[in-house]
Amino acid sequence: MSTATETIAGLVRKEYKYGFVTDVETESAPPGLNEDIVRFISAKKREPEFLLEWRLRAYRHWLTMREPNWAHVHYPPIDYQDSVYYSAPKQKGDGPRSLEEVDPKLLETYEKLGIPLKERARLAGVAVDAVFDSVSVGTTFKKQLAEKGIIFCSFSEAVQEHPALVRKYLGTVVPYTDNFFAALNSAVFSDGSFCFIPKGVRCPMELSTYFRINAANTGQFERTLIVAEEGASVSYLEGCTAPMRDEHQLHAAVVELIALDQAQIKYSTVQNWYPGDAEGRGGIYNFVTKRGLCKGKHSKISWTQVETGSAITWKYPSCILLGDHSTGEFYSVAVTNNYQQADTGTKMVHVGRNTRSTIVSKGISAGRGQNCYRGLVKVQKSAAHARNFSQCDSLLLGDRCGAHTFPYLEVRNATARVEHEASTSKIGEDQIFYCNQRGLATQDAVTLIVNGFCKEVLRELPMEFAVEAQKLLGVSLEGSVG
Amino acid sequence: MKQAILEIQDLTAGVEGKPILKGINLRIYPGEVHAIMGPNGSGKSTLAAVLAGRDGYEITAGRVAYLGRDLLELAPEDRAREGLFLAFQYPVEIPGVNSTYFLKAALNEIRKHRGQPELDAMEFLTLVKDKIQLLELNEDLLRRSVNEGFSGGEKKRNEVFQMAVLEPRLAVLDETDSGLDIDALKIVSNGVNKLRRPDNAQLVITHYQRLLDYIIPDYVHVLADGRIVRTGDRKLALELEEKGYDWLLKPASAAAGTGGPAAGAAQGG
Repeated sequence: MSTATETIAGLVRKEYKYGFVTDVETESAPPGLNEDIVRFISAKKREPEFLLEWRLRAYRHWLTMREPNWAHVHYPPIDYQDSVYYSAPKQKGDGPRSLEEVDPKLLETYEKLGIPLKERARLAGVAVDAVFDSVSVGTTFKKQLAEKGIIFCSFSEAVQEHPALVRKYLGTVVPYTDNFFAALNSAVFSDGSFCFIPKGVRCPMELSTYFRINAANTGQFERTLIVAEEGASVSYLEGCTAPMRDEHQLHAAVVELIALDQAQIKYSTVQNWYPGDAEGRGGIYNFVTKRGLCKGKHSKISWTQVETGSAITWKYPSCILLGDHSTGEFYSVAVTNNYQQADTGTKMVHVGRNTRSTIVSKGISAGRGQNCYRGLVKVQKSAAHARNFSQCDSLLLGDRCGAHTFPYLEVRNATARVEHEASTSKIGEDQIFYCNQRGLATQDAVTLIVNGFCKEVLRELPMEFAVEAQKLLGVSLEGSVG
Repeated sequence: MKQAILEIQDLTAGVEGKPILKGINLRIYPGEVHAIMGPNGSGKSTLAAVLAGRDGYEITAGRVAYLGRDLLELAPEDRAREGLFLAFQYPVEIPGVNSTYFLKAALNEIRKHRGQPELDAMEFLTLVKDKIQLLELNEDLLRRSVNEGFSGGEKKRNEVFQMAVLEPRLAVLDETDSGLDIDALKIVSNGVNKLRRPDNAQLVITHYQRLLDYIIPDYVHVLADGRIVRTGDRKLALELEEKGYDWLLKPASAAAGTGGPAAGAAQGG
């Protein structure tokens, strides 16, 4: 081992900053999963009959499915009867009517996470829906948004206040039959966010949901549904953290986006679930189904994700390009350090004419991390003149990690143009030395080089979050260079 | 008597057990420009790498004092922060990292180290615009990624531009002339000359004499087989141009073990 390597290995890995637990009284379902649990959750949320029926159908379908095993990830079998499917901070009486009535401990938790919910301290220009374990604890800027006709609230509230809209769109992009985890989510989802941007409205601020897992042995199953009507546009961001625990916890979310004619949805994720410790103990299993439907002509859906957390990430934010001239984009940075595993990518399904898609994926592996890009570009017969450009770059730090690329191309229209570029590189000792020689410490050099590598993706993030994401990349890779 | 900026005593170093530097002695005082010349494989670049602290070189004997401190004890970034600058023979590309951002980060690390306030973006840009003209570089370069897509000449000029911004006490220029056409060579040399001050020093490593037509050294040392075999003034460089290195190489082996005839010869300061 050379001296520089020793120095680098000696750098102390920064503790996961968000690993604390909030001590709140909770109300939970007993562990295990059966129809009664599904009914329990639905009853807790006083849901209309149609939704309970839908959940039960999903549950029964789930029973017939098998967990997928094609991903390049390894973990011991999950006992689905061991997990708790509903946990919520106990409410006094009828529960808070406004944010001002929310348990101060919860407000404090979000404050610590850098998401102040109180009126005075709120993030300027960003409306936040805060989801704590299975429920939403509050949404900011609701009134201001309502004046424009924008609905931004928790999923549970949407079910009560706007059941017709929920019924119209729920499961239309990701049906409960879609896959094992989507079926599970459909049966037991507890909360999430709902956004509806009416015709012709440009949402005046960023909408965001901050997901927090707190309770032990609890799965988090949220659903996000975003609908942008004709000519509407919205930028939405989600963030996620969880306490440090030795056991793995399951997070299986579903996100559905629907863009009508000329509508634009930009969906950004900064995923920082607890990744497990340096020996691979604990961490979140992040098994998520995200899909957007470009239903209308000239519609556009853009996914940007920065995935630094989770023990295992299994997720493929996708676009169905149904409307003619619609556009799908996927920009991704996925970091795996220590024993983290990621199998992530996208699907771009071209159905309409002149549809376009862009895929830019940056995978960074360090420690014993395994990072895999898996992407499908499918051009159907109807998709004349479809165009796709894909670029998948991998960066390796050290020699015990892995990078894998699985691109799938299915092209059934001869007028389509599909391009794929891929590269794998190792962070160079000469790059680090060059930075050292200009006065930068090794850790700062790594952060700099990695951020440079991810630049094309980071610049897609909304400004404030790009800064956060850059810092996060630095912290995630601390002590990882060899 | 003034304190030397750099004082190398009986330095021996190698790579993977193979000796390359076999007893280097050199003393550089403020205000001086020293040139090190020598045939390929004589150890010129190894000397530069050892001074900058590059990984992979074993120091087997000797000591190096830099401004009175033990240089070899310092991490590479601390050497840089203390004002030791290496202009790379092969400047490294860092894709996606903006040149301005990179250089500002570097300068601020050095300023922090000196207890000076960091410069904000505006202050930095003012400084940089001033310096970039010195090297006749296009400002567009500041918006590009570090060395990415630069021509060979641009890379070398960029090194000297960085040197101009970071204002080192000791600049080591490792074959900065290689790959430069005559116009670029003049620009680079002119830049280096303008950076010369009574309180700093330059160590210019080169294979060819022609650089020394533009950067006038106070001393010229000939490095052969890991030793300084001859020290003189710039006339020595001209002599080398005329006769080549061969006439100096034979006495090199005869002088083995004594530290060479040139040991300590550069101490006129």
